[in-house]
Amino acid sequence: MPTSVGIGNFRRLGEVLTVLRIAFIVAGLVGVIRSDANAAEPLEESLRELASPDSDVVERRLNELAASGNAALIPALEALCDARLRVAPDGAVYYTAPKERTLRHPLTGTIVDPQPSGTHEVEVNNQIRRQALPVLAELKLRSPAEAVRMAAAQELDGRGDAESVAILRSAFKDEQVKRVRDAMALALARWDLQSTDPERQIAALAIARALGTSSLKGELKRLAGATPDASIRKAAAQALDDIESRQHFLDAVGALFHGISLASILLLAALGLAVTFGLLGVINMAHGEMLMLGAYATYAVQMAFERWLPGLVRYYLLAAVPVSFLATLLAGVLLEKTVIRFLYGRPLETLLATWGISLGLIQTVRLIFGAQNVAVANPDWLGGGIEIANGLVLPYNRLAVIAFAVAVAVAVWLLLQRTRLGLQVRAVTQNRAMASCLGIATRRIDMWMFGLGSGIAGLGGVALSQIGNVGPELGQTYIIDSFMVVVLGGVGRLAGTIVASLGLGVINKFLEPFAGAVLGKIVVLAFIILFIQRRPQGIFAIKGRVEA
Amino acid sequence: MRASFLLTAMTLSLAAAGCNKTEEAKPTATASAPAAAPAPMAPAADTGPIKVGILHSLSGTMAISETSLKDVALMTIEEINAAGGLLGRKLEPVVVDPASNWPLFAEKARDLIQNQKVAVTFGCWTSVSRKSVLPVFEELDGLLFYPVQYEGEESSFNVFYTGAAPNQQAIPAVEYLMGKKGGSAKRWVLLGTDYVYPRTTNKILRYFLHSKGVADDDIMEKYTPFGHADYQTIVADVKKFAAGKRTAVVSTINGDSNVPFYKELGNQGIKAEDIPVVAFSVGEEELRGIDTKPLVGHLAAWNYFMSIDTPENKAFIDKWMAYVKKNNLPGGEKRVTNDPMEATYIGIKMWAHAVEQAKTTNVDAVRQAIGYQKVMAPSGFEIEMDAKNHHLHKPVFIGEVKADGQFHVVWKTEGPIRAQAWSPYIPDSAKKVADWTYPWVCGNCTEPKYVVINRHA
Repeated sequence: MPTSVGIGNFRRLGEVLTVLRIAFIVAGLVGVIRSDANAAEPLEESLRELASPDSDVVERRLNELAASGNAALIPALEALCDARLRVAPDGAVYYTAPKERTLRHPLTGTIVDPQPSGTHEVEVNNQIRRQALPVLAELKLRSPAEAVRMAAAQELDGRGDAESVAILRSAFKDEQVKRVRDAMALALARWDLQSTDPERQIAALAIARALGTSSLKGELKRLAGATPDASIRKAAAQALDDIESRQHFLDAVGALFHGISLASILLLAALGLAVTFGLLGVINMAHGEMLMLGAYATYAVQMAFERWLPGLVRYYLLAAVPVSFLATLLAGVLLEKTVIRFLYGRPLETLLATWGISLGLIQTVRLIFGAQNVAVANPDWLGGGIEIANGLVLPYNRLAVIAFAVAVAVAVWLLLQRTRLGLQVRAVTQNRAMASCLGIATRRIDMWMFGLGSGIAGLGGVALSQIGNVGPELGQTYIIDSFMVVVLGGVGRLAGTIVASLGLGVINKFLEPFAGAVLGKIVVLAFIILFIQRRPQGIFAIKGRVEA
Repeated sequence: MRASFLLTAMTLSLAAAGCNKTEEAKPTATASAPAAAPAPMAPAADTGPIKVGILHSLSGTMAISETSLKDVALMTIEEINAAGGLLGRKLEPVVVDPASNWPLFAEKARDLIQNQKVAVTFGCWTSVSRKSVLPVFEELDGLLFYPVQYEGEESSFNVFYTGAAPNQQAIPAVEYLMGKKGGSAKRWVLLGTDYVYPRTTNKILRYFLHSKGVADDDIMEKYTPFGHADYQTIVADVKKFAAGKRTAVVSTINGDSNVPFYKELGNQGIKAEDIPVVAFSVGEEELRGIDTKPLVGHLAAWNYFMSIDTPENKAFIDKWMAYVKKNNLPGGEKRVTNDPMEATYIGIKMWAHAVEQAKTTNVDAVRQAIGYQKVMAPSGFEIEMDAKNHHLHKPVFIGEVKADGQFHVVWKTEGPIRAQAWSPYIPDSAKKVADWTYPWVCGNCTEPKYVVINRHA
């Protein structure tokens, strides 16, 4: 069993250090007349102690700072939470703005000149963050920006103490924007539910009924069960019911979104295969590696931007899309010209050859980039998400992948239906001999088709790099899913691929909460096997004569 | 199916080709002597190099983690050789690659002991690989040093465990999160990859949480397959579950699934100060390949962190970086040290001390000598081998992830803790004793068993 005696020792040591530090600061103030006149301000002195190694001292200082209610403290406190606060050897604290290195004065925000040397980072941990965030939220309740006030109200929901509730109440009176008012009302209601004044409780229950989230359920259950006042019991039960039905609806919307998001990934992974396997009939075991190459091309573009265009690095992803497409398209064309074209009509040999190629590609990438996964960062504009309701967040990267999947699917459809190449492709897939008779260079079409399928896989790789890991074995995890989608959808049908990925994605996500991730996958697999037994041609069968 | 069968067949044949080569290249003087003979070795055998087996996956899924253990083992052996070797003989590493293939681990272990006549083996990472080689080491009476934190519930006469048992990692981490500093968690999500280590650890944790008065309603246990990448539903569930009570997540997710998991946490707006996630399989090496910004503030519990500020650790890191540079290892300056590397280092040092003391590499003699052996560890503590249960006494550190991929230690034990091979929280295990000292000669029993003299006859 671990002992916690160590903590006590640290605490005592911390206090000694703090006393020493205060003594030191005072001595410094008395002994040396410093040019920085602000140093004597009590606020700044409290700020200085945020650098204390003792979390309890920091906690006390944070409470003092909160009591001051001074909005000038916001940047310094934000810097504390983000580990951007720095302390100089003389105990003075400074902060740096995000992604900057220059030290700023903690209260005025002006760049300090000359820059103090030998500063080190003020260590921050969850305990300090948990203390600092409500303090920050209290200060931010009067911010001119609506989003900031909103976030502050949400932060204080369930976090605040009696003091922050008083601040919240006064801010609520002045608040004009309905969205923020609602958030504040909810935070206040949570507090009022625990009050002993029945009128307050009833009012809070009305708010809880209209706006409440499942985090209120515990408190409401208590009120519905053991309150002497029957009207409160009833109101609590009603609020509970409303919250639960709202929650069920949100759960369903959430599952639907997650399903569509999974479907978009399946679609991007399978769309390229739908072209090479579906239209061309090549059992391409190296398809997964095309996804992998696309993801590595994204990584390469990111590295190139970091090295040569550091100012534009947040937009590297936009450049990665065409680069990955072209790189994998070239790889596909090369593959077709050197290997695949000699193996048309011999499925077993194609399977073995492409599988060998896939091993070769994995090993090549491992030799160049190493066996470790590489870090493909989400650009900051893809981080985070929009909260459409309390508890349901749609992450931007998922939304972007969905939009991207739709765009790619539409582009492929347009290419096949609206261009000359598409017309020739359809002709070749439907009747190769006849197409050849009519003067279509079928060999060339094959080459471009294979290249196109690989290029689409490359685009899938760009999307996958934003969701999962980028490593040499990336393709292996998606190859089975890709074949599953294409076979289920019906070989040779793009619409089938789209419907199949949507179906699989949504079914999977509705099953997961009940069955768990492992069992969910098994159930889906069993479903596909049964389905293929009943309907070997897949959801959409190609009508008419098709040569094998 | 066929594809995977062929793949396995190819890997096997490649691996076999590889090991034939080593055999041809290095004929041994002791080739005809019986394996691990109880009698002192013939003088002729004492003049050649001492062979040391290194059994880590250098290809396949586990290569990511295990390669650096092979590297640090070679570094330590080089260090011992540079100081004159052991008993006047040089150490000769025999590196084999079990290719993340669990049955192949057993084959390679047999090869190391029977054909290569290694004096000791350092190896394995996953529990399933350890379970695979365990019968081989017990049958042939070999010595294995296992350097990774694991689920406990095991003690073998032939294995020395230099990683943490659950009471040296999982239990203290949960206790920390229960305390005020950790955020006074009342509700628990036990999240893991679906195999023996997470299942057993979570079983122990569930019993432990019960003992602390946590009801089953406040525990959510979920598993995902190896390589799982879609954590949308699970993270949304965690959020729902966390509404109302302070919640902490205990993650035994293994391997690269951690990246999509943490990314999803960040994107769905879960902050470490609201719902902290403590991980038992995420260390510096695992963070090296990923963007650590969304992870800041989440926790890990280990017996060593690279960021620990002790002279011993500085020396260890300097030695490692110099070794990386000299051998031009991939990754270069970005290479890091981590807990299993420290455990490998301690294990080799400890074995070397025991050999010096026993004046032989004989398995029985070394096993006797190794109990109570002490090594000054990079973590700054003097680590002792427990003669009874074959585990190390280790300090526990809890660290929060920083933006640079290192850990900021927020809690540590005052000193090393003795490992509990059998968890006292599982009713069936609580009665069990792991004790390899007289009169108990048993790693899994409830009453004394006695030494069998002549077990090799």
